[in-house]
Amino acid sequence: MNLREIFESMEYGPAAEDDGPARAWLARHGGRFGHFIAGRFTEPGAAFASRNPATGEVLAELTQASEADVEAAVAAARAAQGRWARASGHERARHLYALARMVQKNARLFAVLETLDNGKPIRESRDIDVPLVARHFYYHAGMAQLAEAEFGGLEPVGVCGQIIPWNFPLLMLAWKVAPALAAGCTVVLKPAEYTSLSALLFAELAAEVGLPMGVLNIVTGDGAVGEMIVAHPDIDKIAFTGSTEVGRKIRQATAGSGKALTLELGGKSPYIVFDDADLDSAVEGLVDAIWFNQGQVCCAGSRLIVQEGVAERFHDKLRRRMGELRLGNPLDKCIDIGAIVDPVQLQRIERMVAGSAGEVFQPEISLPEGGCFFRPTLITGLEPADPLMQEEIFGPVLVSTTFRTPAEAVELANNSRYGLAASIWSENVNLALDVAPKLAAGVVWVNATNLFDAAAGFGGVRESGFGREGGWEGMHAYLKPARRARALAPLRPVPAPESPKPEEGIDRTPKLYIGGRQLRPDGGYSREVWSPRGRLLSMVPVANRKDVRNAVEAAAAAAGWARATGHLRAQIIYYIAENLAERTGEFAARIAAMTGASRAKAEAEVARAVERLFTWAAWADKHDGGVRGVPLRGVALAMNEPVGVIGAFCPDEAPLLGLVSVMAPAIAMGNRVVLVASEAYPLSAADLYQVLDTSDLPGGVVNILMGSHAELAPHLAGHLGVDAVWSFSSSDISGVIEREAAGNLKRTWVNHGRARDWMGPEGEGREFLRAATEVKTVWVPYGEG
Amino acid sequence: MATELPGRQATGAATDGGAGDGAGARLPQLHDARNPGTDLDLDWVMSAQANTSAIERRAATLPARRTVKKAHQAAWLLKAVTLIDLTTLSGDDTPGRVRRLCAKARRPVRDDLLEALGMGPVTVGAVCVYHEMVPVAVEALAGSGIPVAAVSTGFPAGLSPFRLRVAEIGESVAAGAREIDIVISRRHVLTGNWRALYDELREFRAACGEAHMKAILATGELGSLRNVARASLVAMMAGADFIKTSTGKEAVNATLPVSLVMLRAIRDYFERTGYRVGYKPAGGISKAKDALNYLALLREELGRRWMEPDLFRFGASSLLGDIERQLEHHVTGRYSAAWRHPMG
Repeated sequence: MNLREIFESMEYGPAAEDDGPARAWLARHGGRFGHFIAGRFTEPGAAFASRNPATGEVLAELTQASEADVEAAVAAARAAQGRWARASGHERARHLYALARMVQKNARLFAVLETLDNGKPIRESRDIDVPLVARHFYYHAGMAQLAEAEFGGLEPVGVCGQIIPWNFPLLMLAWKVAPALAAGCTVVLKPAEYTSLSALLFAELAAEVGLPMGVLNIVTGDGAVGEMIVAHPDIDKIAFTGSTEVGRKIRQATAGSGKALTLELGGKSPYIVFDDADLDSAVEGLVDAIWFNQGQVCCAGSRLIVQEGVAERFHDKLRRRMGELRLGNPLDKCIDIGAIVDPVQLQRIERMVAGSAGEVFQPEISLPEGGCFFRPTLITGLEPADPLMQEEIFGPVLVSTTFRTPAEAVELANNSRYGLAASIWSENVNLALDVAPKLAAGVVWVNATNLFDAAAGFGGVRESGFGREGGWEGMHAYLKPARRARALAPLRPVPAPESPKPEEGIDRTPKLYIGGRQLRPDGGYSREVWSPRGRLLSMVPVANRKDVRNAVEAAAAAAGWARATGHLRAQIIYYIAENLAERTGEFAARIAAMTGASRAKAEAEVARAVERLFTWAAWADKHDGGVRGVPLRGVALAMNEPVGVIGAFCPDEAPLLGLVSVMAPAIAMGNRVVLVASEAYPLSAADLYQVLDTSDLPGGVVNILMGSHAELAPHLAGHLGVDAVWSFSSSDISGVIEREAAGNLKRTWVNHGRARDWMGPEGEGREFLRAATEVKTVWVPYGEG
Repeated sequence: MATELPGRQATGAATDGGAGDGAGARLPQLHDARNPGTDLDLDWVMSAQANTSAIERRAATLPARRTVKKAHQAAWLLKAVTLIDLTTLSGDDTPGRVRRLCAKARRPVRDDLLEALGMGPVTVGAVCVYHEMVPVAVEALAGSGIPVAAVSTGFPAGLSPFRLRVAEIGESVAAGAREIDIVISRRHVLTGNWRALYDELREFRAACGEAHMKAILATGELGSLRNVARASLVAMMAGADFIKTSTGKEAVNATLPVSLVMLRAIRDYFERTGYRVGYKPAGGISKAKDALNYLALLREELGRRWMEPDLFRFGASSLLGDIERQLEHHVTGRYSAAWRHPMG
């Protein structure tokens, strides 16, 4: 095209980024790569091809890791871990700082390599991915520097197995590696098999800037390698980002192993447009929501929920905007949408869209020859019941539905198994700030979308996973309490004596406590509770799975508790303490009778329980959120929200204090609980519900079951309406809880058979606060003028 | 672009001064029917929203999303030249100064550069002066087809007596100005008196007669982007042929965020009425790269049709010099110097 013709057409023309330096790096390695273990590349072995999805060209041959490779990587990480953890925070900070500088100094090489390997537009890898990578290492250099001062009483989790996806290969490496290294962990990381190159470059350059060998190890390969890492006995923690399906398998595979786990999984994030929004800006936001990275973003705003009155106009604007998107060579600086990462993914997207019941719109923009490309797509006229409204497509496909009222918008938004992110568009600050806390999501953007920063936590609820990356909360994914807990001996109910004495007096049989009412167990069975001296203390009901169901329903119905003010919650918890203190003698006598403890010891337990109630009443209005220092004119609020409905198996050994220690932090933070009382000594729980009944606690906030922990564990942990399960039981149920929790990927906090001193500081503290809350990050950019 | 819109019949009139001899690369253009304006629709005006931070993000990322290189860049820069309202608005303007500017307007780029680029002659979009300089400019541009634009209505503050402001338009039109750059009463925007703004602009438009009215909103003084959006709509409802950002005399003049808001308002007006209104960012656009960013924004938001002098102008005085240097760099591969290009 000559200049005169261009003058007429005013087309943009090609503007390709030079890929010479990236190709030179590949060539320097002969186009073949081994793993990066203990500071150097291993010899390339059994190979698989890594392709450029925009052209299908093979970029390099990578090595499929064997068991021996994984073993070597874990051994290297283990060997390095002690010294790395013992290094001063400052020393680790210097290394992380060097990594940040290294990324900046090689920014364009990383960006081009990423685009070649992944197919994302160079603008994104250059302006978003790589700068965020550098930012993440800078931020966590600071975390390492502050480690001794700010993370007292905690220690690194140990050796971490990290498995990351192909959509943001280098950025996900940064999200995983930076906090792990800052905390003093060492890493075995497996990049996705489609996109391993930037991780290998990173590891090579990290060694060059002096990262000690073994601190960061990279093994390449497919899901089988991931499985080896997940199953490896010498790995202390698994951090995974990827599909919900694989996340669920990892949850099952690690169940009962004692491995710590964080999962950042899929989503179907709502994008809510109210009729008072700046519609053009909301349309532009969608470009960043669903056509960013070809829609291959876990938190992509993929579910448009638009107010009926403006829906038609909004869709018109959107369709016009879609026609201006440029799709093509990802290395072209003038491209909005690059290539889908692999033909397998492309076919999946094509299949899902082909099956849609809605009205499918794709602009008539040209597709390049060859390569994996898919046009931006809008599907309107869908109802929540349509599968495409529920299932993650993971491509440049937006589905849309309408709503009438803010309440309906929230209901539609939350009508999902996922809970990763959400966007709200409205010029009304009252509306936006009212809706944000009501959304089931770990991240909410107000009048924006896909904003990320190292200082702001990112992560989901429901089947989008658990754990946060970024911010102070992200560090806790790589830290654990520094204490050596002794094994917890199983504590069984006192067996019936050989020749029981007949009871005198009026029969008094406690019931289950569900929804603020005392109910007989569904199964109609009770069992006897004997004192160590052979006296029949009482009968207790035996709860079954239907009682679990009823208790969870009652807890779910008491959702108003989450909205009660911290002040009100504090008052009620103080009132419980007051009423309990009033009955100290009675409670102490019961504890002594059940456990055989001395009267003094039993009274101490009651006194400590009262004190603990005071502690959590104190916290009820003091677990403040934060405003995070993100580089934006606006605020990123870190809001501590209740987890929801928490099921908890209470400690057997401290019948009153244990139950109170579990119940109080949960309800102080606004959760509703289903407590399974000490199996060995259940009567204190039955005594306590009388106290609860007289303390203005709304029905359903606390529900108490009695029965066999082992029998109830799978039902409570498997219940899809329960948001978290805790266990401090002396029964061996940690494994079954973690396994059953995989169903809806609820959070778990279990003891793995380790004891906790309920009388001491271990029985309370920030560990409980963290378990009882979810951090929701609400981004509110602002500005006028 | 939605095709079912009620597009108006083109009049078939050629570009000012005709497309033939001398116009060279100025391709024949069809003018759309002028925007006659509409009744004041306050519901529409008040429904306009502009989220500042979202708009700033869009404006900030656009230059990284769109770029033109090599021949495309040269062609775009040449296009930018044809879209310039070459402007002098100084208290010390003299006939000699204006004649020099007009000569530059006729021949904004050195012939040898145009030849090397394979292009015929080009001219700028218009010459923009104060009323007193209109006759000189009209004379100096005779036969070139380049229109003279006059700033008017008590430019830049717009606070002279209303009667005189209206009369000033008539005087400039009578003196041969074919475009009148009027300034709005900012106070009407700042007090939310949209009716007063509309009525004032209606009278200005009537006074313009056949001359085209370019409504200067002085966006740097309107307080918020929301006000910019609303004032843009009112100006178009009142019959503006162009909406223009600034006088060049405000503390803040044209910016990409302001432009985004005004372009979206223009699109909104077109989608609802079928009339295309032009856009003129003015003040502070002095680099070739800036011009490319504005053109990319224009193309993205309004499309190719708007990238012609009847629908887009740069109000600029020093932009041309930077573009000339870039064009010479494109031709020779060497960075250029200001003194190699004839001054205007």
